[in-house]
Amino acid sequence: MIKDYIKVGVSNLLHRRMRSWLTMIGIFIGIATVVALISLGQGMKEAIGNVFLNIGSDKLAVMAKSSSQFSGPPGSSAASNLTTHDVDVIKRVQGVDVVGARLIKPAKLEFNKEVKFYFAASMPDDEEGRKLITEFNHYEPEKGRLLKNGDKFKVFIGNSVANKGVFKKKNIELGNKIKINDAEFDVVGILKKSGNPQQDRVVIVPEDALREVLKIDKKKVDVIAVKVQKGIDVNNVAREIENAMRRDRDLDIGKEDFQVQTPQQILSILDNILTIVEIVLIGIAAISLLVGGIGIANTMYTAVIERTKEIGIMKSVGGRNRDILLIFIIESGMLGAIGGLIGVVLGFGLSYGVELAAKNIIGTNLIEAYFSYYLFFGALLFSFVIGAIFGVMPAKQASSLQPVEALRSK
Amino acid sequence: MNKSIIKLENVWKVYKMGDTDVKALQGLGLDIKEGEFVAIMGPSGSGKSTAVNMIGCLDVPTKGKIFLDGHDISKLSESELAQIRGRKIGFIFQQFNLIPTMTALENVMLPMIFQGVDENKRIARAIQLLELVDLGERINHKPTELSGGQQQRVAIARALANNPEVIIADEPTGNLDSKTGTNVLEFLEKLHRKEGKTIVMVTHDANLSKIAERTEFLKDGRIVKSLSNHR
Repeated sequence: MIKDYIKVGVSNLLHRRMRSWLTMIGIFIGIATVVALISLGQGMKEAIGNVFLNIGSDKLAVMAKSSSQFSGPPGSSAASNLTTHDVDVIKRVQGVDVVGARLIKPAKLEFNKEVKFYFAASMPDDEEGRKLITEFNHYEPEKGRLLKNGDKFKVFIGNSVANKGVFKKKNIELGNKIKINDAEFDVVGILKKSGNPQQDRVVIVPEDALREVLKIDKKKVDVIAVKVQKGIDVNNVAREIENAMRRDRDLDIGKEDFQVQTPQQILSILDNILTIVEIVLIGIAAISLLVGGIGIANTMYTAVIERTKEIGIMKSVGGRNRDILLIFIIESGMLGAIGGLIGVVLGFGLSYGVELAAKNIIGTNLIEAYFSYYLFFGALLFSFVIGAIFGVMPAKQASSLQPVEALRSK
Repeated sequence: MNKSIIKLENVWKVYKMGDTDVKALQGLGLDIKEGEFVAIMGPSGSGKSTAVNMIGCLDVPTKGKIFLDGHDISKLSESELAQIRGRKIGFIFQQFNLIPTMTALENVMLPMIFQGVDENKRIARAIQLLELVDLGERINHKPTELSGGQQQRVAIARALANNPEVIIADEPTGNLDSKTGTNVLEFLEKLHRKEGKTIVMVTHDANLSKIAERTEFLKDGRIVKSLSNHR
């Protein structure tokens, strides 16, 4: 019987093609927006999750407490109060395997007579420290090499730095020289594109050289990267480091002037922020769905008025109230579902478009379209339900018409 | 004597029109036997249509009782009445009342959908009925593509869809020219004679009523005269 009602519904929708399309536009704009936002939001979460997965779950970072998290690379935003003494304190904490300190400083960079003020970061001068930082940041050369023992005025750079991301006039090739605070450095390596804009814009030099050209105190450091011993919980070690540093600096709990961050912590903060942003955006998009639903209700009310006689005929040949109710609800549900199908396809198309644009224009892999059958069919079901819900009132009105009166209408 | 198929006992129908009560039926009594062909005649405003709505279970009385096959239907809900209409009664209206968006075939199949008849059986039965009314060639035409006479024949086929015991024809020739009107009447007569259907026909044309076995004259909502037509 439902199959027959669907047929009746399809034939009615086709009969009023233009009105059906106009009604469906409301729904498919809403669904397309919601699907695109969920797809991009999920995609972004996954991409960011992958970035942190690359860092590994056995590492953490210590830096000065920052008042603002987003003003530059980690460790660069606050005047650092970390020193090599802290490195020693951390090294003594149980469970700590390797410790590597870095400097991240704004500097004057010059290439091909183009001057830019940008961040330069250091690589430890010891083998173990270099290995840790390399793992931590997932540095992989596309051309040339990373830094090694004995390097002094050598530099390796992120993919965007080499490809006009910083210096706009000319690509940087291996063997070229760039100046950092007027000291010349040989470019020995160019990193693979990571898709993470921050990572693709790094300029990395040996610690010794950076201290020399920027005249930085021998004891100062900006970020301390820590790898914990195998099989030991990174969160416990993070807590121990915090305790040790607090004791060393004689600070009360909650008054720390430093922070210990594990990748999971950062990930969960980012995840929360993204979820809130996503909810707000989807909430806004849901308003357009509501408007679409009201459009369906309006169309169905008009249909009830126009088809009053038809309803009377159906009742006179044996249509019960619930048959009429079902016919109208299925019809409005189909308005929603067909609108939803177009919306889902458009929504995924839109998010793939944004992904492509992000890759090609901004050069980031962090914006990814995410596809799942749950989202696909969930959105379809949801749009059917919206159509059906907004069709309930008109359908009730239709089904409660008295056959004699309905037949009398023109 | 055949048993009673429809019996109205002291049926009243009062409509509220603002502050005044309009009495469409005032104690109507009527007994229609199984297999009878009854014409109901009367001037306009006499309550013919209201009476036929009661007989066809399209409406319930304000007061009084209506028996269909011996069961009182005057207190049934709209959905229960719909079920009875679908199974036992076929309607032929003056305005044909076909659904314009459906083809002839779909219109004839509609009453069977509501009775849950299987699709294949439905199609076969609808084609058979459309052939019976000489519309076998036009099953996929919509009402707007058919002449008045053809539309009324589709309506007749639809009325027969669930093989009802009673056919109610409300001014069935009112919208047709005399030749097609005669065709339709002949068809009704054939249904009565060959299939033994009970037919209740409303008309205001004395000539048409002669086709029936009995004519009931209605005035002011009650029967004022009953006439047997000896053919």
